[in-house]
Amino acid sequence: MTDVMEKPAVKPELKVVGTRPVRPDGVDKVTGRAAYGADLALPGMLIGKIKRSPHAHARIVSIDVRKARALPGVKAIVTADDFPDLASQEYEAGESASNLRDLSQNVMARSKALYKGHALAAVAATSAAIAQEAVDLIEVTYEVMPHVIDVEAAMAPHAPVLHDHLYTEGLDERPKLPSNIAKRNRLERGDLDEGFAKAEVIVEGRYTTQAVHQGYIEPHACVCSMSEDGQGQVWASSQGQFMIRTYCAKILGLEIADIRVTPAEIGGGFGGKTTVYLEPVALALSRQSGAPVKMVMSREDVFEATGPTSGAVIQVKLGATRDGRITAAEVELKYQAGAFPGSPVGAGSMTALACYDLENFRITGWDVVTNSPKVAAYRAPGAPISAFGVESAMDDLARKLSMDPIALRELNGVRDGVKAAYGPTFHNIGYLESLKAAKEHPHYSAPLAPGQGRGVAVGFWFNVGGESTATVHVNEDGGAVVATGNPDIGGSRASMAMMAAEVLGLPMEKVRPIVADTASIGFSMLTGGSRTTFATGMAVTQAAEKIVVDLKRRAGLLWDLPADQIEWRDGAAVCLDPSKEGLRPMPLAAIAAQSAKTGGPIGAEVSLNAQGAGPGFGVHICDVEIDRETGNVSVVRYTAVQDVGKAIHPAYVEGQIQGGVAQGVGWALNEEYVFDGDGQMENPGFLDYRVPVASDLPMIDTVMVEVPNPRHPFGAKGVGEVPIVPPLAAVANAVRGALGVRMHDLPLSPPKVRAVIDAL
Amino acid sequence: MAQLDYVAPTTTDEAIKALGGGSARVLAGGTDLLVQMRAGRVKPERIVDLKRIPGLIGVRQETGGFVIGAATPGAVIAEHAALVRAWPGVVEAINLIGSTQVQGRASLAGNLCNASPAADSVPAIIAARAIAVVVGGKGRREVPVDAIAVAPGRTSLAADEFVLEIRLPPRPARSSDAYLRSIPRTEMDIAVVGAGVSLTLDAAGVVTAAHVALGAVAPTALLVAEAGAAIIGSRLDEAALERLDAAARAACRPISDKRGTADYRIKIAGVLARRAAQIAHRRASEA
Amino acid sequence: MSKRTHISATVNGDPVEFLTAPSTTLLDALRDELQLTGAKEGCGSGDCGACSVMLDGRLVCSCLVLAVEAEGRRVETIEGMAEGGQLHPLQQKFLEHAALQCGFCTPGLLVAAKALLDANPDPTETEARYWLAGNLCRCTGYDKIIRAVMDAAADLRQAQRVIA
Repeated sequence: MTDVMEKPAVKPELKVVGTRPVRPDGVDKVTGRAAYGADLALPGMLIGKIKRSPHAHARIVSIDVRKARALPGVKAIVTADDFPDLASQEYEAGESASNLRDLSQNVMARSKALYKGHALAAVAATSAAIAQEAVDLIEVTYEVMPHVIDVEAAMAPHAPVLHDHLYTEGLDERPKLPSNIAKRNRLERGDLDEGFAKAEVIVEGRYTTQAVHQGYIEPHACVCSMSEDGQGQVWASSQGQFMIRTYCAKILGLEIADIRVTPAEIGGGFGGKTTVYLEPVALALSRQSGAPVKMVMSREDVFEATGPTSGAVIQVKLGATRDGRITAAEVELKYQAGAFPGSPVGAGSMTALACYDLENFRITGWDVVTNSPKVAAYRAPGAPISAFGVESAMDDLARKLSMDPIALRELNGVRDGVKAAYGPTFHNIGYLESLKAAKEHPHYSAPLAPGQGRGVAVGFWFNVGGESTATVHVNEDGGAVVATGNPDIGGSRASMAMMAAEVLGLPMEKVRPIVADTASIGFSMLTGGSRTTFATGMAVTQAAEKIVVDLKRRAGLLWDLPADQIEWRDGAAVCLDPSKEGLRPMPLAAIAAQSAKTGGPIGAEVSLNAQGAGPGFGVHICDVEIDRETGNVSVVRYTAVQDVGKAIHPAYVEGQIQGGVAQGVGWALNEEYVFDGDGQMENPGFLDYRVPVASDLPMIDTVMVEVPNPRHPFGAKGVGEVPIVPPLAAVANAVRGALGVRMHDLPLSPPKVRAVIDAL
Repeated sequence: MAQLDYVAPTTTDEAIKALGGGSARVLAGGTDLLVQMRAGRVKPERIVDLKRIPGLIGVRQETGGFVIGAATPGAVIAEHAALVRAWPGVVEAINLIGSTQVQGRASLAGNLCNASPAADSVPAIIAARAIAVVVGGKGRREVPVDAIAVAPGRTSLAADEFVLEIRLPPRPARSSDAYLRSIPRTEMDIAVVGAGVSLTLDAAGVVTAAHVALGAVAPTALLVAEAGAAIIGSRLDEAALERLDAAARAACRPISDKRGTADYRIKIAGVLARRAAQIAHRRASEA
Repeated sequence: MSKRTHISATVNGDPVEFLTAPSTTLLDALRDELQLTGAKEGCGSGDCGACSVMLDGRLVCSCLVLAVEAEGRRVETIEGMAEGGQLHPLQQKFLEHAALQCGFCTPGLLVAAKALLDANPDPTETEARYWLAGNLCRCTGYDKIIRAVMDAAADLRQAQRVIA
């Protein structure tokens, strides 16, 4: 069931935007034609494989590749020696920055292996079997070192130190010794002590989450080729072809112009494909062998060597008056970063209290390196973790106050004109509208069966804009082609075509969208941060608008009228001059057919840096049922309400919301990295890393609240990330309701739930 | 996996011969073997595919009981209506192994010979007092299925032996069985605990015979005689269920691992034994 | 290297021949030897269902089948699902319901869903969810997939009634 709560739309006469057409790339994807990373093959292609560290933390004493090199069929072997050492330098690639030195060292370990699965060497051979045999023949001598994975253990004074050069940033004084704490960040306002002094009710809690993986079904894959003149080509599945181009150039010391990246279809990313693992290695192998090299990760590699998101410890203290007004909030966040600095604790801090209008608060975040894979972005990076703590505490506060949990959030909720906890002032947000829609939803007042519990939680994500390029070209027959630089991860070709069709006045089927390679379109930041429909959509819309201006000019030339006497209406030029009454509208096809007479081919390109992405808010309601003997928790009903600005293609907006909920439910109930005492992941496969299966979930109801974003031509806000923020706490709060006792540690797996029941 | 030989014999004798000498592995459904080979946990020099031997795939009724060919996939077993009626617990156990896709391949004998303590079908066929017909260089022997696995991943079979078929005994009136397992999700997981119960009732609904077997609570699946004895003579009243629960828990010698703690497994073994007994009792009453 | 074996099989109704090593999976043979890349490898261990194909009329994970086992057998893949330029109703419903986002799990899901409807033309939602539990989708939360399957089932039943 889906409801759309509409406010007056920006453009009430929309014909394409807001409808649900079949996506342009759909047929290829239901017939098996669509080519993903591993589906590509080139003549003469070699297969590359990586030698990975079996230890969580070890000094690499030596790597002997002689036996491997002697194996017939082996064409190239690369190690750290083939990758230049880079200076520590932050590089902004989209949602988050990467340190190029760390990135390079993550792609290929230098003096130390920092986690099990860390790449140490790579081989290219004429077959996968030979490449694997060669990998097994590489002899590495290790000096195994003590390791640390738990975030608080890594912060402890005598913890094994991963990086001798790492001194905590953000402290009042630079520490004297290196440690695993990369950074402390702090956001504060008002006077915390005074706020708590005013409080009549205080709740406190310590919460933990485990590392979880994005769990995209497509393992990382690429084919790379570098010719003797140093020109490289990459075909790869990722969230950004320009990201791959830049990173490969930096890591290999090449000119950006020497690399061309063609995006393959991407089989899921959720943030996890916003960095490189294989591509620089495959290029280096290709450079050495002179042949194209294909590399595909196994599922085990994906779990052990690509970024999950952080396991964390969250401490929350809230104070409120008896009538529910929050007087003070204190949040402390400790996030695992994995082997290199850069956990999403910054975003976790900024989003932690973003839903609340507060006078006094302090948020402290700790970024901590650990002997586990370097974390990568995962859908609203950092936000679900801090929201789990804050929203659990809010639920406890509502119970303590005997207040309805939505009413408590309404009372303290942000609205237009409020200065957000992370700095800016909110405008055109739809948070209160979303709370209202949730409160009025039949789910919220539906009776619960015995043994069931209901939880509510809210979530926030900034949504981002940034740099994008789009071109729109009109074909000779009056159709159009839209090209962008953003991989289509979940239907963006459809939304791009729809926005162009809307502006041009064409049916959507006449507009064909493509995702172009790095040599065929201008720079675009990667697909991530919920930015594509907003920022790239803005570029597409503006390009189409430029074409409309041009079409009016051309119609004017053909009619011998000034352009200001012409209006573009329903895909045709219409003459406004009453003296030319007989002049019939000139459709796009007619103008296109005569383009030679009016200046040649019709097309436009727009490159922009989009500002004003509207922040997104979600309100989720979750019902669970608990088997009190086995401890199994079933989600029996789920409703997600979200302010989406304007749904360009509502079905794919619903899909984003439903997918985010499913991932959040998995995070809450069963997903976790399990490490043994040697720092080895015990569950690097889909058998024991338990993502939700079809029978685990109910239908997921969505309510799209539309409070338009005036900065976007159609009012769109990013939608993909918000929906993963509330579910952790929504599930945990529902479990609290069913059990009568708070569980603080995710996942809420059956053994833990049963233990809590036994302790009642 | 560089050196590997694949043979698909069409007679039992050829298969026995192919298994002798060198490191050979039997291939039935392959849903365990191929995963183990890919992970490098086993490196056989030869794979002996049994599926082309006549009779290895299929279910037949014989002398009141059922004979299930060693390589019969779960999906085929589930389609045998008479078997489902007589042994619903055995069939539901087999059908819990993996996904629909795995059901298209995974076999009962394969699940048994993989010798995982958590194998879903094994507690059910132990409770059913099933017999494995084993053939090999030294001839043919019939052994209770509980004698096949001796330790995790290890069986009592000689190198040139394999299970030809599994035999389920004839069913007295008012008999039925049930299998339940506990997993974190609703599907696709390895059992954290499994419990199979097979029982026979008299006309008054009193249990006259009962066998209870548990999976994933010891190095091999356990036949818990005390648990069966706990409900014999009862109508499965609360006291009998309590005795069953306690006997099941008392028999457990589990480990703690990524799938569950020892403490949890012990508790759940009692819960599942009780629930499975109730289902079997209901089915037997309706049979 | 082991010697390669010559295999003759029927794939999507057509006779095919290829050479394969004994350790090669049916999935790799389909993808690398026959260039049928619609079946995907998501895990290689039978846990994700992205490689689903039909083998002699049974739904299987092709990553858990050796290519040599296909000798003389019938294999059906996603590439054979649309017939004569006409999408199968399930394919059409997946498009109409937006039942795919990245599309990577889609071929496997479609093959599995077709097997479901061939075996059970009138599944309940719960039956559909359990049948498809071996096909992981990380994008959609399954909601629209289940709706598409149920809708296709209803249409196919309707079409069946019309024919009858």
